[in-house]
Amino acid sequence: MGGLSGFFENFGDNLDELGSRMPSILDGIWVTVQLTVLGALCAMLIALVFGLLQTVKFAVLRVIARIFVEFFRGTSLLVQLFWLFYVLPLLGWELHPLFCGVLALALNYGAYGAEVVRGSIGSVPTGQYEAISALSLSPVRGMFRIIIPQAWALMIPSLSNLLIQLLKGTAIVNLISLADLYFQIGQMRAVTGTWFAFLFGLLAYFVIAWICVVGMNALEIRAKHRIGRGPSLMESMSTLLRSPGSKVGSEVT
Amino acid sequence: MPENNQSSASAGGGRFQPGERVTSLGAAPDTPHIEFTDVIKRFGDNTVLNDLNFTVAQGERVTLIGPSGSGKTTILRLVMTLEELTGGYIHVGGNPLQYEQSGGRRVRISDKRRRQTTQDIGMVFQHFNLFPNMTVRENIIEAPIHVMGLSKDEASSQAAELLEKVGLSDKQDARPSQLSGGQQQRVAIARALAMDPEVLLLDEVTSALDPELVGEVLGVLKDIASETDISMLIVTHEMQFANDVSDRVMMFDEGSIVEEGAPAKIFSDPSSQRTQDFLRAVL
Repeated sequence: MGGLSGFFENFGDNLDELGSRMPSILDGIWVTVQLTVLGALCAMLIALVFGLLQTVKFAVLRVIARIFVEFFRGTSLLVQLFWLFYVLPLLGWELHPLFCGVLALALNYGAYGAEVVRGSIGSVPTGQYEAISALSLSPVRGMFRIIIPQAWALMIPSLSNLLIQLLKGTAIVNLISLADLYFQIGQMRAVTGTWFAFLFGLLAYFVIAWICVVGMNALEIRAKHRIGRGPSLMESMSTLLRSPGSKVGSEVT
Repeated sequence: MPENNQSSASAGGGRFQPGERVTSLGAAPDTPHIEFTDVIKRFGDNTVLNDLNFTVAQGERVTLIGPSGSGKTTILRLVMTLEELTGGYIHVGGNPLQYEQSGGRRVRISDKRRRQTTQDIGMVFQHFNLFPNMTVRENIIEAPIHVMGLSKDEASSQAAELLEKVGLSDKQDARPSQLSGGQQQRVAIARALAMDPEVLLLDEVTSALDPELVGEVLGVLKDIASETDISMLIVTHEMQFANDVSDRVMMFDEGSIVEEGAPAKIFSDPSSQRTQDFLRAVL
């Protein structure tokens, strides 16, 4: 059996195989979703903390944040995962594989996210910082009440990219014994062959990624509306699937 | 000196008439409110202000005029501590702003002390700088609540009064993006006044506005000038407005004062050739 013809010959049988494997495939999807959601939430927290630390006045904190970002951005996700899973037990810390996966994803993508947070905070117009200063508002209050809500709208497109990369990055956890979506696809491949299994794999990851994109687009529309740019989420519901950058509705001037 | 009571109505649009003013304050008290002592400001190799000395009296309205790049805006930004002072001292109400002389040395003061002094200083910017993520009311009450410690109710009723004064009572819940430039600037003025400032810095507040919106902003500022005794440092290209509200006009060029005096004198009979050339170019 080889080539594209094999795919069509056995298509009916392969669909039956997929059907019978659906419970374990759904288990795999659940593991992937858990890794994605928990990894993304923890990554966001890390990104906010280390992104903000790079903007503070105290040089020591900035240097620490810089080192953290460069280290976790510059070392392979796979090697970080193996450290957490294989090396930490040698030092006496045994972590649950799911926790290892979430932590590795959070540290790696959190480091990338910290750069996004830092950049978008720097992109808020200087006039906003000057108004905060002119009103004698404390820098911390100004940051959380005025700068971050505006930076949030700027950072979502980049965070959206990172979220999809994180989702795809979850596939490496099968190397530390977690039965995620990718693992289940591999199991199925033994029976259905390469074509069918990996075509299903492409579609399955694409659908999850697409749901993430729709969610992030909604967040972006909402965030932009809150700073007076673009229509509200309700107004743009009908055109939700369009990219938020395109003109939806009429801009308020 | 004749009073001009119609000037609010003709603000910005009226014919230039030297010698007429809105303010009717008597002679300013002797104690300086703002004091520049040997002030130097450099940006890299570019010296913007070189050894500048001047004072502004309590309640005095001083307008800075001069060609762009002459250091006028930098003076306002130094008073607001938005720029680092390269040399010398600035005092407001007797308190040092960034540096003070201590034991014969020039030492930096703490941020906390700086903020205590700048709390009494309000600034209105060329580009308004309203917070786009907040409503008009939220823009105005944020600092009174979190800096002055007012309750939300107190701050809100004060905001309502100020918005009425600037003619925007119906816009309390609007977002800045829903307002015209003139309306945004009037909100920015209300926001600065909400902090009950003793010094108000007006940095080219009409330069970013469409010509038909200039009058509404200047009208509001003239009312404030005539109803309060806030000391004002004004940078503007609106010479009629400068003439109407100022006690003194200072002509700057290349970071130095070329000429200063009452607006009637500066606008109708300037002694310096540079002032004459400048006024001929802008009027």
